[in-house]
Amino acid sequence: MIEVIDAERCTSCDICVTACPTNVFDKTDGIPVIARQSDCQTCFLCELYCPEDALYVSPFADEAQLIDVVMLKRTDVLGSYRRAVGWTDDTRDRRGVDRSYLLFGH
Amino acid sequence: MSIQTHRAERLPAQPGSVEFDADVLVLGGGPAGTWAAVSAAERGARVLLADKGFCGTSGATAAAGTGVWYIDPDPALREAAMANREKMGGYLQDRRWMARVLDRTYQQSNRLADWGYPYPVDEHGRSQRNSLQGPEYMRLMRKRTKQAGVAILDHSPALELLVDDNGAVAGASGVRRQKQDRWTVRAKAVVIATGGCAFLSKTLGSNVLTGDGYLMAAEAGAEFTSMEFSNPYAISPAFGSVTKTLFYGWATFTYADGSVVPGAASKGGRSAIARALLRGPVYARLDKADDGVQRHMRVSQPNFFLPFDRTGIDPFRDRFPVTLRLEGTVRGTGGLRIIDDACATSLPGLYAAGDAATRELICGGFTGGGSHNAAWAMSSGLWAGQGAADYARQIGTTTARRLLSAATVAFRDRPRRAFDPAALAKAVQGEVFPYELNYFRDASRLNGALARLDAGWRDVAEAGPADPADVFRAREAAAMLATARWMYRSALARQESRGMHRRDDFPDQDGRQRHYVTTGGLDEVWTSVRPHADAVHAEAAE
Repeated sequence: MIEVIDAERCTSCDICVTACPTNVFDKTDGIPVIARQSDCQTCFLCELYCPEDALYVSPFADEAQLIDVVMLKRTDVLGSYRRAVGWTDDTRDRRGVDRSYLLFGH
Repeated sequence: MSIQTHRAERLPAQPGSVEFDADVLVLGGGPAGTWAAVSAAERGARVLLADKGFCGTSGATAAAGTGVWYIDPDPALREAAMANREKMGGYLQDRRWMARVLDRTYQQSNRLADWGYPYPVDEHGRSQRNSLQGPEYMRLMRKRTKQAGVAILDHSPALELLVDDNGAVAGASGVRRQKQDRWTVRAKAVVIATGGCAFLSKTLGSNVLTGDGYLMAAEAGAEFTSMEFSNPYAISPAFGSVTKTLFYGWATFTYADGSVVPGAASKGGRSAIARALLRGPVYARLDKADDGVQRHMRVSQPNFFLPFDRTGIDPFRDRFPVTLRLEGTVRGTGGLRIIDDACATSLPGLYAAGDAATRELICGGFTGGGSHNAAWAMSSGLWAGQGAADYARQIGTTTARRLLSAATVAFRDRPRRAFDPAALAKAVQGEVFPYELNYFRDASRLNGALARLDAGWRDVAEAGPADPADVFRAREAAAMLATARWMYRSALARQESRGMHRRDDFPDQDGRQRHYVTTGGLDEVWTSVRPHADAVHAEAAE
C-alpha cells in the first residue's frame, strides 16, 4: 500500500490525487495526504505518474508497514519503477523493449 | 481537412449536481470503454465517458501488462489460433465471432502502432504486436479519447441507469467523488464497459471492478450469460498484489518442508496449488528460468519484480510464499449477454463491451489471462461504440423524454436501517474467496452459500437509502452480492465440469450440456438454457 509522500521532494502538483484509480489521496493547502490508505490496491501507478519520485508504495498489499524514509532515500528505490518502464527522460529507450513475445507459449 | 467533433453539452442543473446531454454515454474508461468512446466519436456522436477512477490508470489492464490475441492474417495461423483453445473452453466458442475478433484486433493493434504505441522490434526487424504494457497503452488511450472530442468525468462512478417511459436506457447518474456532488447524463445510448467483478480481492488493478455495471443493468432488466465461468484464481506472492501467472510457468511449487507439491503448475496444475493451500502455506521459486528468460522477464514486466526487489527476495533463487487471488468475472467469461454484432444487450439503448460483456463467444468457458480479453476489449469496444452511435442517430431527437431512475438497492425508502457496505462486502468475500466453495464446487456447498447470499439480499432489499457519503460503497457491495448469486445459481444449473467450472459432484464434461446458461433477476434469481450455435445449425439442417 502507499506509505510515503516525501515532503522534501513533493511539489504539491496534486497529480497523484488525480491519477490514483482508487482515490486514496486528498488535496490540502500544502502537499497531498494519504487519506484512505486501506483503499490502496497496491498497483504502483501513482509512482509512475509522480514527476518528482516522491511516492513510495510498499509491496505489502494487506498490511501497513513502518517505513524509515531516511533509509529509503539512501537507496535508489524512489522512482525505480518509473525508470524501469522508461517514463523518465534518460530511460525513454526502455519503453520499447518488451520481450513478452519470447516468453509466450511456455 | 479539419475533423468536426461534436461535444457533449453541459446543461443547467440544481446546486450540488451537474448535468450533461450526450448522444452516447460510456461507463468505464479502461480499454473497452476508451475504444468505445473513440469509435462512437468517430461516427459523429457527442460522447461522454465517466470512469469510477481515473481513465488511464483505472481497471485491470492499466496496472499490468497484457498479451493480445494478435494473429497475422494467414489462414493457417488463424485456424490454429481458433482451434487450440476450443478444448480448454469446453467447445462453447463461436467460430464466426472468433474470426471477426481476430480481424478486428489485428486492425486495432495496427492503429495503436500508427498512434505511436512503442511496439518492440525483434532481431529480424519485425514489429511484435502481441503484448501491451498497461500503463503505456492506457495513457495513450486517454490521450486519443480526449483528442476524439470525448468529455471525460474522472472519479465519477455511475450509480444508476436512467430509463425512459418505454424502458429504453437513456442515461445514467452517479457521484463525483472529488467534488462531492452528483452527475447526470442524458444520453440516447449507453455503453457499459465497467469491467467484471473481482470482489475486492486485490488481484492487480482490479479493486475498481466490483460488478457495478451488472447491478445497474440488472435493475433495468438486462440478462447475463456464462456466469458459472467466474472462478479463475491468479498466483501472487502471499503478501503482494502482483499477479502474473505467465511467469509462474517457470516455478517449482513446494510445501513448507521443501518437498514438491505433486501436480502443481501455473498452467494445468493450479488446482493442485489450491488444494495444497487448503492444508497450509505453499512456496514458489522461479528456478526453471535460465539467465536469458530472467532478463526477458525483467524488461517485459518490471512491476512483477517490485514485490521482490522491495523485500530483498530473489525470486529465481529464494522460496517465497504464494497465494491465489480470485479474479472472478474479470478473467472469467461471464457477463452481460449481447444479442447482435454491435454488442447490443437485450435492453434497447444499452450496449456492453469488454469484461462487462460475456466473452463466451471467443473463449467459451475459459480464458487463460489477458490475451483473449484484451482482444475482446478492443473489438467489442469498437463495435459497441459504433452500435451505440448508430442507434443514437436513428432514434433522433429525445429532448422531451422523461427519465426515470432504475435504481433499487440503497436508493429506495424502506423501513429498515441502511446496511453497512464494508460488512456486506466482507460477507460476500466469505462466500466467493474460499477454494472449497468456488474453485471446487458441489451442490450442497453451493446451496449453502446461496442460502446465505439470498438471505443477505433480502436484508439489502429491505434496507433504507444509504447515506450520501456511503452510497457509492453501498452500491459496490450490493453489486458484489448480486454477482455472487448469479454465479452460484448458474454454477448449480451446470451439472457437469466444463471450462473453468468444476463440480466435485459432476467431475466430467457432459456432451448434452454443450449449451449456455443465461441468468438474471435480483429479488428472484433465475436461470435458463440457450443452445450453442452449432446445435442450432444442426437442427436447422435436419
